[in-house]
Amino acid sequence: MGEEEGLHQTPLLDTMFVRGLKRKCFDGEEDIEGTLAGIKAIPSYNLQRQSLLDMSLVKLQLCHMLVEPNLCRSVLIANTVRQIQEEMTQDGTWQMINTQSTGQTSLDRLVSTDILCRSSREQAEGKQVPGYSSFNKDFEDDQTQDSSETMSTSSSVQTPRNLQSNVWEMENPQESRGNFQKSLDQIFETLENKNPNSVEDLFSEVDNSYYDLDTMLTGMMSNTKMGHCDGLETFSSPTTATSNSNCKSDLNELDHIVEILVES
Amino acid sequence: MGVAGGGGNDFQWCFSQVKGAIDEDVAEADIISTVEFNYSGDLLATGDKGGRVVIFQREQENKSRPHSRGEYNVYSTFQSHEPEFDYLKSLEIEEKINKIRWLPQQNAAHFLLSTNDKTIKLWKISERDKRAEGYNLKDEDGRLRDPFRITALRVPILKPMDLMVEASPRRIFANAHTYHINSISVNSDHETYLSADDLRINLWHLEITDRSFNIVDIKPANMEELTEVITAAEFHPHHCNVFVYSSSKGTIRLCDMRSSALCDRHSKFFEEPEDPSSRSFFSEIISSISDVKFSHSGRYMMTRDYLSVKVWDLNMENRPVETYQVHEYLRSKLCSLYENDCIFDKFECCWNGSDSAIMTGSYNNFFRMFDRNTRRDITLEASRESSKPRAILKPRKVCTGGKRKKDEISVDSLDFNKKILHTAWHPMENIIAVAATNNLYIFQDKIN
Repeated sequence: MGEEEGLHQTPLLDTMFVRGLKRKCFDGEEDIEGTLAGIKAIPSYNLQRQSLLDMSLVKLQLCHMLVEPNLCRSVLIANTVRQIQEEMTQDGTWQMINTQSTGQTSLDRLVSTDILCRSSREQAEGKQVPGYSSFNKDFEDDQTQDSSETMSTSSSVQTPRNLQSNVWEMENPQESRGNFQKSLDQIFETLENKNPNSVEDLFSEVDNSYYDLDTMLTGMMSNTKMGHCDGLETFSSPTTATSNSNCKSDLNELDHIVEILVES
Repeated sequence: MGVAGGGGNDFQWCFSQVKGAIDEDVAEADIISTVEFNYSGDLLATGDKGGRVVIFQREQENKSRPHSRGEYNVYSTFQSHEPEFDYLKSLEIEEKINKIRWLPQQNAAHFLLSTNDKTIKLWKISERDKRAEGYNLKDEDGRLRDPFRITALRVPILKPMDLMVEASPRRIFANAHTYHINSISVNSDHETYLSADDLRINLWHLEITDRSFNIVDIKPANMEELTEVITAAEFHPHHCNVFVYSSSKGTIRLCDMRSSALCDRHSKFFEEPEDPSSRSFFSEIISSISDVKFSHSGRYMMTRDYLSVKVWDLNMENRPVETYQVHEYLRSKLCSLYENDCIFDKFECCWNGSDSAIMTGSYNNFFRMFDRNTRRDITLEASRESSKPRAILKPRKVCTGGKRKKDEISVDSLDFNKKILHTAWHPMENIIAVAATNNLYIFQDKIN
């Protein structure tokens, strides 16, 4: 996809997203584009793409119930995630913090379908409840954010557990541990927006209605079983609001917890 | 005007019957998950999420009322599958009936295959309308008679009794699928059938339950490399060596079982080149094929993806010969539909008996029919409001923008919980069965 040099130009925006993503937050509010205020409020392509990525990762992680997740759905979502990651890698917005695999190409670092799609037995059986609740408590003490932020953190905490179960299920735990750690990094990075400088700008630019996903979903959402997506609206906003310093300490803490889980 | 099912007569669709509870509160178990007419159209089977199968039979037409068509009434109800627990994986196996396929009738009994995610069962549905009386060794109520009290012998006689329809499982085909079964298809040889899950297709003989042959396997050695799954499969209606399977990437592969035991290499590969101007992050998801059906003639096949239905000529692999837009107005809503998972809904499609028309479902309890000859299409609704006997169905229209005309419905007012995923068309007549959540609607044509 070499033609992505001009990714940030509006014409390409149209072709890349067609009407699907570009109009995501404005489905049903066609009049907004005509006003000056509306033009300022249209979220940037990057923000939309990031939001789609976050949404996809949440879908993969939260689709684990007692019944096996739908493999077709998981594969399609994982492919979407890969697509976004490829594009972000190519246009340089994908910032890698990777201490392990320095010599690998970007494609190797992409999240594998298998790791993302596996169901979490441990989660269902509640084996890790003690560890989970204590970690959650610590995290709550550190943060001053509201409950929505905690909800988003909870989703990211669930990640190590999901991947953890994959390590146990795989035939070669040593090999997959390497993959596991890599992919874990991917997930953490994507869950926390690594654009600290533009965080304030993003937050000020964005219209609140962007996060009001009910705009489109009136009538759709009334009876839909939205259990696993309830946290979605609040999920995207804390991601961008977290400052860089908090990200680092969160990552270190999470890494620490993951190490404990892996060794146990 | 209605869509013609045959001949040049203009006709309209009328409400005939609706089955199921009227309750607003729908029990999950009552949601219909598959609908299928048998080869003669006299029997109509439905399967639901609770693992039950309900078979309706068409009543004999009343000679005194020649214009009134036979109605479908309950013929048999039985529990086909029960919920199970996979102890190895600590996962539940749903009892939801994914597919029902009838076998061609060979004697007085009827046979069908029903499947859930893991197990296929062959059911025999037979009638009993006679009862033997006058046994020597037992009483009328079944108790054994004391042999010493038997002083005379008699021949038991058959007496008529109220019709009883019995369903009994004759074969259970289990433990052959690691992944979820999405399709079953009976072969034209009437001896074998295929079952397809996300990654594999197996060939069975109807008489043999402890063995099946794996004929397609797309599982990669490293599951991390998995990017494509099988979404549907079907045998050719006349050539018993040919079958097709569709994928989540919008491709269809036609395989010939004579070429090799493992049909991993296709004989034909059907794929439409992507339109670069409409590419988005959702392109792959909406290209995923949810259903594939051969025409009755065997010359064409039809595929359903999220927004369209395509008809393919088996002799042309590089593009479909016909494309019909089902609900193009949803293209601008894909992100929201992705968020609420509606984009993963699997719609089915079906041909009419003469292959001149095709039908598929949509949202808001709408379903669409396309006439391949006149290129006309119609949108109808399965609703209780238009459920008066022989009431003509009014065409519906979705307003995509601008001023909404009277009787039109705007895209934002569509109810995405009311989805018509399963429809069936009588093999010979213009009778259609439409499953709307827990209700089954039957519509017939009204010849002017």
